Order: sequence, then structure tokens, then C-alpha cells
Amino acid sequence: MTTIWMDQLSILLPAILNGVTTGAVYALVALGLTLIYGVLHIINFAHGSLLMVALYGVYFLYALVGIDPYLAFPIVVPAMFALGYGLQRYVIGRAGHGKDENIMLVTLGLSIIIENLALFFWTSNTRTINTSYGFSTVDFGVAFIAVPKVVAFVGAVVIAGLLWQFMQRTDLGKAIRALAKEPRGAQLVGISTAHVYAMSFGIGIACLGAAACLLLPTYYASPHIGQAFVLIAFTIVVLGGMGSFVGALLGGLIIGVTESLGGLFLGESLGKIGIFLIFIAVLLLRPTGLFGQRA
Amino acid sequence: MKTAAAILIVLAALLPMPWLVRSDFWLNFAIMALYYGFLGQSWNILGGFGGQFSFGHAAFFGTGAYTSAVLQLRLGIDPWLCLVLAGVLGGAVGALVGALSFRYGLRGSYFALVTLAFAEVFRILADSVEFTGAGVGLQIPLKQTAANFQFPAKAGFYFVILALTALGLAVAWWLKHSRLGARMVAVRENEDAARALGVDVFRTKVIAIALSGALMGLGGTFYVQYFLYIDPTIAYGPAVSVSALLVPIVGGLGTVFGPLLGAFALQFVNQFAQVAMGDAIGLNLVLYGVILVLMIMYMPNGLFGLAHVSARRLVRRAG
Amino acid sequence: MSDKTRNIILDRRRFIAGSAAGGLVATGIIGMPHIARAATPVKIGIIHPVTGGVSYSGTQGRAGAMMAVDDINAAGGIKSLGGAKIEALLADAQSKADVGAAEVEKLNEAGVSAVVGGYASFICMATTQAAAKHGLPYIVDVGTDDRIIKAGLANTFRFSPGYGVFVETAVSALGQLNNAAGKPAKTAMIVHEDSAFGTGTAGLLAKQLPGIGIEVMEIMKHPTPNLDFNNIVLRIKAQKPDVVIPADYYNEYVLFARTMQQQKVRPKAIYSVLGGAASQYKFVKEFPEAAAYIMDCNHWYNPQKPAALELKKKTEAKGLFYTYEVFLNYEAVMLLADALERAASTDRAKITAALASSTWSGHFMPYGPTKFEGGQNTGARAVNLQVLDNDIKVILPPEFASAKPVFPMPA
Repeated sequence: MTTIWMDQLSILLPAILNGVTTGAVYALVALGLTLIYGVLHIINFAHGSLLMVALYGVYFLYALVGIDPYLAFPIVVPAMFALGYGLQRYVIGRAGHGKDENIMLVTLGLSIIIENLALFFWTSNTRTINTSYGFSTVDFGVAFIAVPKVVAFVGAVVIAGLLWQFMQRTDLGKAIRALAKEPRGAQLVGISTAHVYAMSFGIGIACLGAAACLLLPTYYASPHIGQAFVLIAFTIVVLGGMGSFVGALLGGLIIGVTESLGGLFLGESLGKIGIFLIFIAVLLLRPTGLFGQRA
Repeated sequence: MKTAAAILIVLAALLPMPWLVRSDFWLNFAIMALYYGFLGQSWNILGGFGGQFSFGHAAFFGTGAYTSAVLQLRLGIDPWLCLVLAGVLGGAVGALVGALSFRYGLRGSYFALVTLAFAEVFRILADSVEFTGAGVGLQIPLKQTAANFQFPAKAGFYFVILALTALGLAVAWWLKHSRLGARMVAVRENEDAARALGVDVFRTKVIAIALSGALMGLGGTFYVQYFLYIDPTIAYGPAVSVSALLVPIVGGLGTVFGPLLGAFALQFVNQFAQVAMGDAIGLNLVLYGVILVLMIMYMPNGLFGLAHVSARRLVRRAG
Repeated sequence: MSDKTRNIILDRRRFIAGSAAGGLVATGIIGMPHIARAATPVKIGIIHPVTGGVSYSGTQGRAGAMMAVDDINAAGGIKSLGGAKIEALLADAQSKADVGAAEVEKLNEAGVSAVVGGYASFICMATTQAAAKHGLPYIVDVGTDDRIIKAGLANTFRFSPGYGVFVETAVSALGQLNNAAGKPAKTAMIVHEDSAFGTGTAGLLAKQLPGIGIEVMEIMKHPTPNLDFNNIVLRIKAQKPDVVIPADYYNEYVLFARTMQQQKVRPKAIYSVLGGAASQYKFVKEFPEAAAYIMDCNHWYNPQKPAALELKKKTEAKGLFYTYEVFLNYEAVMLLADALERAASTDRAKITAALASSTWSGHFMPYGPTKFEGGQNTGARAVNLQVLDNDIKVILPPEFASAKPVFPMPA
């Protein structure tokens, strides 16, 4: 037993480093969710399936047209934005009638539709891509980290930064923040709520497009892959604080490291319990999360 | 008293089904509809009447299911007694989750998410301990006698689930007419105002979730006895939690008959979608999802809300 | 065979030869004016999880079963029933046990004479039970959990082996390979997915490996789905076992193998038991370097039988990979057809009896003589495979081998 512990200490650093990069990947998915949750207060059950759609988008661009995932941003991100905008403006917004539970069920219904349409059109044949850098690693001395993961880490930080800038500096960003804080007031000032809500949702889903470009080299596309990310994404949103991008990023890193260390000491199955125990603890003791707005 | 009469009429109408319905498939359909209706009614106690939305009702369901399975297999306890114990443990877990969550003032989405987290914690634990069979799950040996809570004919299961349905309807009816129910509604509508009026909000909510959990526990036992196999994903996974909340919201939140209506409706939609889409892979579920979204769009108060409004309109026109 | 039946068949042959469109006959567009009654088709239920988490396998399984139905019908149907065609009623278990059971009820109502399929063990446990209540003969296509058979249902049959057989075969073969190479392997680590299939397999392996002189250093389990294998690979890297033994489903196996390659972990052998991707043409095609030299003990066809290779061609012509779900389902339906021929009846009890006494040898699996004991075909065998030259070759047992094993892996 002691030898196993000593071995584990020597792989503690690589595990932490690995957790950090995995956490950044989770943060990418959570960034869009925290915006949607923070502004629209929607529990978006369809988040995972929309990530899946984006992954397929990136896949087909690579497989059929030969565009590298990292170069696919200019196509995938606007496309996902349009999809998100349309869904919120013409489906969720309309069907929800403003009732929280109904909105939630609509997103649930959407997730069923999207996943099974994907199953019908694209079958359950897992799609992977084999890029030239797919197997390359970066040597950090203590560990090898796969190149796509390092890129994803950098990407997550950059996107979080961009989102923050956007929310602080642009008019639309200010309108979104106003709407999130005070819907009535925002309306009185002449902000078109339906449009701004749809813009917010669209941006949130556009983030998934960016996430997909950064994720596909490491993972794969299949109709149900979204489900693996959703629960963790919600945990990160709560941990980081609803509506906070910095929170989502840091929350992601914390969750990634927790998952990694949990997996190291307790095994991959039991190890995941760490994430949910943190989730419960944060909810009970500090529900606004690390950087949350409201008290 | 109108509701009480309605309940008795509905139960009486459902009672002779095994003799009227010769088809085993349709009897199974009815059993599953009543089963989901019962799970939905359990959720409705906390969600509809109590106004607290839980995403993790699987925590109580799974506890009931595993209680039944483990006690039968490892200790040889009588399966009918296990049913009772499952209800008790389901209620206990409900009380525990409730006490923690409400003590720290969790409401709305926060409460929903914490229940989800609890269900996941249970799932991971059940997946890791030998006691619950870990990932392999537990299988109950086939021994089809009534004393063993397994029936050679479907009718036996039908009557059990009908009895549970009656229990659920009775509890819902009682809540509609009792002081506890009134307190729950007060808390649901405006928690702070209720507190100001002297309602013990914490106690009311905990009782609601304990009651809800106990019923879910009974549902868990029924599943185990009917399918004879349980594993962590079936017991504590999101599927059960989603079914439990979908049914009453579609059927009519906070109403006595909503969950029953919702369950039958959704089962019909599922079957219809399967038949309509034939063998095309996935399209049956697409149709199910589309119908679900349309139902929410056009019936924001659920089926019962629609039925109620239509009935009132009919009465007004007739009168 | 009476004169009357012979006449019917002869008449039919003449008719088919003349019109060169047996299919049209089957669909009844062209009638048979001189036959008193047309042979009513035999209905069978084919159930798979074609939606939900295990939909890929379910879809492959359905495809395999349907190809068998088509082949049987094209060859003239069930001859002892007057050339009756097989009519397949398809059902979707939606990757859920309760839906599977409900679909079996539906199939029962529709009057099927038998059911084939289920695929996943947890689905099969529910569907076989549901079928048993109606005395409906049920052929499990894959479902390797031995509890399906241990349940002792008289109607349940499994043509392929359960994981008990796989583990025994795997361990004994590994012992052979190890001895032949001078015993380079002394330690092993097992990586498995945490549901019935993975856990059961790993448990048996842990018990039997010491018997061939291999110490099990650690057993690591993970959920399905699992997106990250870095920790598991780190531990393998730290402890340097000689053999790594994975038991997973496809997606996780691929991620695991890729991570091993990324982290430059190269044990003496990657030796899977029921490895999810190890014997998959898709994996070999998409990740040749990660797949090279991986060994597996899995379901496989007899590479010396032309029928197996023909089916491979047909499957690939449809744009599908030739996976175990395809050929196992194909054979399961063929087994049923043989039983129908011998029973010469659509009566469920007679079919069950015919299955129980089956000695069917017209298959293309590397099995011994078919013999069902308690529902399990005791002639069923597992074989050992290895990815060599960008192809999957049988390496053991020698009578079916198409290549020599490479053990240990080249550094």
C-alpha cells in the first residue's frame, strides 16, 4: 500500500497539470452556459446536444472540406450563434411563456429532438479526426500534455477574456448585463428584451462553437457525447458564480483538478464524487459561487 | 368532495382493466402509465403542491429500489416488508436532503441543482460499493408467487400499481384539503409572507419532501419487482428524475389528476411516435420531442389546466 | 415429404426459374394460381437498442439480422414450411431495459414465433424475462453476462459465449503466449468499464491470472462514458506493468489507446478481453499506429469459411464496418432458421425444443459442435486476435489462425 502512495506522489504533479488542462476544456463548455443561465435564468438542458451539433459541424468541415478545426472558427462560431439566436427567439422564448419550468421542459424537448435528429442523419458511428498534431505532446518537464489540450487551455483563457471585454465595453454587453440585473428597468429604458435575450442565448451557443473547434482533436463526435459534459458544466457555472466568465474559467480549473485528483486517489468511478460534493458544498455554503453577483 | 368522488370514479373505472383488456401489451402499457403516473404524483407533492422543483428525485427512487433489492437478496427479508421499508428509507433520504437544503435556504434553481447533485452522489456510491452490486447491478431471481411479490400474470402487478396510484391520489386529495396542504401552498406562493403569517416554513418543506421521497421509494420497489434488475444508472440516473418531473408538468402541476393524465398522455405519444415513424432510427424520439415542445407551447398549464378550462367553458355554454 | 409437398416445391422452383424474380413472388405480387394455399410467412421479432447510448451496436446488430433474413428468403425461405418467408418485425429497445421488455410484449401480441437480439446484457436480462412469461423462444445475440443464462429460463438460448468463456480462453492463451516467448510478462494491470460487462470480466481475470504466473498490480475501473484517461495512463506509466488488459466499449477504448500513445506508454503487450475497439476494423483504419499489435480475445468469425468472408464483403458494400454485432446477429437468425426447418412448425414450444436439441453445423463461427446446455451453446468458443499489418488476424487457436502472434510487442 505505501508503495502505491509514493508512486502517486510522483504522479501528483502530472495529474494536477492534466486536471488544469481538462478543466479548461470544461470551462469552454461552461462559459456559454453561465451567460445563458446568468442572463436568462434558463436551465438549458439542450446545451450538451448543441455542443454535439457544433462538434459535428467541425467534423464535417474537416472530413468533407479539409478545414482544420483550429481554422474553422470563422464558420462554426457564427453558424452556432445564428442557431442559438433562432432557437431562443422563435422556439424557447415563444414556447416558454415565461414560466421557468416550461422553459426548462422546452429545452429538454429540444435536446431530445436534436440528439435523435443527429442519430437519424449521422448515425451513431463515432466520428474522430486524426490531425497531424493529434498525438503530439508538449513536454512540461514533469509531464507530457497533449498539444490539443494545451491549445484548448489557451483558447479557454482567450475566449473568457474576450467575453469579459465584450460584456464590459460594448453597448450590447451593457444591455445584456442590464437585462440580467433588472429586466423591467431594462425594458423601460427601451431595450428590446426578446432581441437581447436571443442575442445572449446566441452568444452562449456561439461559445459552444468555439469549444467544439478546440475539443474535436481530443475527443470525438457522436449523438450522445453532449451528455457527458452537461452535468459538469452546470457544476462549474454554480461554482464560479452565475454570469461570471472568470468564475467559469476558474471553476473549470478547480473542477478539472478535483476530478483528476479524485480519479487518482479514489479511482475514476468513485473519484467523480469529489465534483459533486464540492457542488453540494458550494450550493449550501456559498450559493453565489466564487464570483457571483447577487447576495 | 367533488374531487373525492372523481377519484373513486377513476379508480373504479381502472379496476376492471385486466378483465376488459385481453392484450398483454396494452395491459403492460397501462401498468407503465400508472407507474409513471405514480412517480409523477410523488414529484407533484413536492413540486406541484410544495412548489419546490427537484431534479434529483432519483435519489429517493433509487434508495427505495436498492433497499428492496439488497434486503431481499442479502438478508432474505420478505419482499412485501421491503416495500414498506423502501418507503421509510425513501422518506428518510428525502428528509435528509430537505433538511440540508432548506436549512441553508436553497430555493428555485439552486434547490433543483443540489438535488441533482445528491442523486449523482448516490449513483456514484452505488456504483462503487460491493453491497449494492457496484456497476454490475443486482438481479432478483425469478420466483413468481404473490407471496414473493412477483406475479405469474400481469394482472397481479396491475393491481399493485393501481393500489399505489390510489395511495398517490389519496395523498394528493388529502393535501388539497388539509392544513398541511394549505401551508404548503402558502409557502409555494410566497415563502416570506407565509413565514410572516407564522407558518413554520422549514418544517413544512421538509415534511413535503419526506412524503414525496417516501412515495418515490415505493415506486422504486415496484420497478425492482416488475423488472427484476437494478443498477446504479437505472436507480439513480437522470432518466427517472426527468420522467418524474415531466409527467406532472405536462399533466398539470399541483393538481390531483395531473400526473395521471400526463403519464397516459406521454405514454400514448411515445407509442404513437414509435408506430408513426416505423423503423427509421431515431425519428420516433424526434417526433416525441416535437410533440412535447408543442404541448408545452400550447398548454402552458398542462393537460389538466386545458381540461379544466374546456370543462368550465362547456359548463358555461350549457348553462 | 409427401408427394403433395414435393409438387408444390417443384412447381414453385419452375415458377421462380421462369420469372427470375423470386422477390416478387415473396411479396405476393405474382400469385401462385396452381397452389391451394400460399405459405404464410413466419414472423420473428428482432429487437435492438437502435437509439440511445448503445445505438451504434444496436444498429449494427439489426443490420446483421436483416441480412440473414434477406438471405434466407432469397434462398427460398423455410422449406419444411412450404417455402414460408421470414417476416421480421423490428423493435427498438431505446437502450433501456423497460422499453425492451415492453417491445417484447408488443412482439408477442403481434404473434411472433421467436425473438432474436437485445445486444446489451442489461437489456437482455429484461427482454428474456418478458419473453419467458409467454413461452416465447429467445435467442440472445451478444449479451455476454452469464447471469442471463444462469437465470435458468427455458426459452432463452445464447449461441455465442459468455464472458466466463472469454476470460478462461484469454487467460489460457496469454499463458501459452507468455511461455512460448520465455515468460517476459510477470505483471498486469486491468482497466475496465464499470458496468456488468466490464466488472464481471475484470473480476474473473483477477482470480485467474495468478494461475498463469501473472501478478495483478492494480485494477482500475472507469464509467461509460469516460472522456479522460490521463490519470489511468499515468498510473500505468508509473507502475510499468508488463501487460495492460482493457475491457471497454468502443469510444472509451479508442480514447484509452490514443492516450497510451500520446504518453508514450508501451507495455510488453496490450491484451484485451472483449476489447471494445481492439477487434474493430474502424479502429484499425482510423488509428493504425495506436492499434498496431494490440491483442484481443473476442467474438470472431472463422476466417477459413467463405460464407463469413462473403458476408464481410456484403456488409462493407453497404458502407458498414464488419463488426461482431453484425455476424453474431446473422448467425443467430440462421440458427433460428435451422430450428424452424427442423421443427417444421411455428409453434413456440416446438421451436424451443428444436433449439434445445440443435446440432447446427451450417455456421461460419470458429465453434465446436453446437450443443445447448441450460440455454448456452457449449460449443461456442472465443478466439484470440491481433492487429497485424493494418488488419485483424486470428492468432489462436492454431486451427483457425491466419497469422503468427507477435508477443511481446516490438519496443
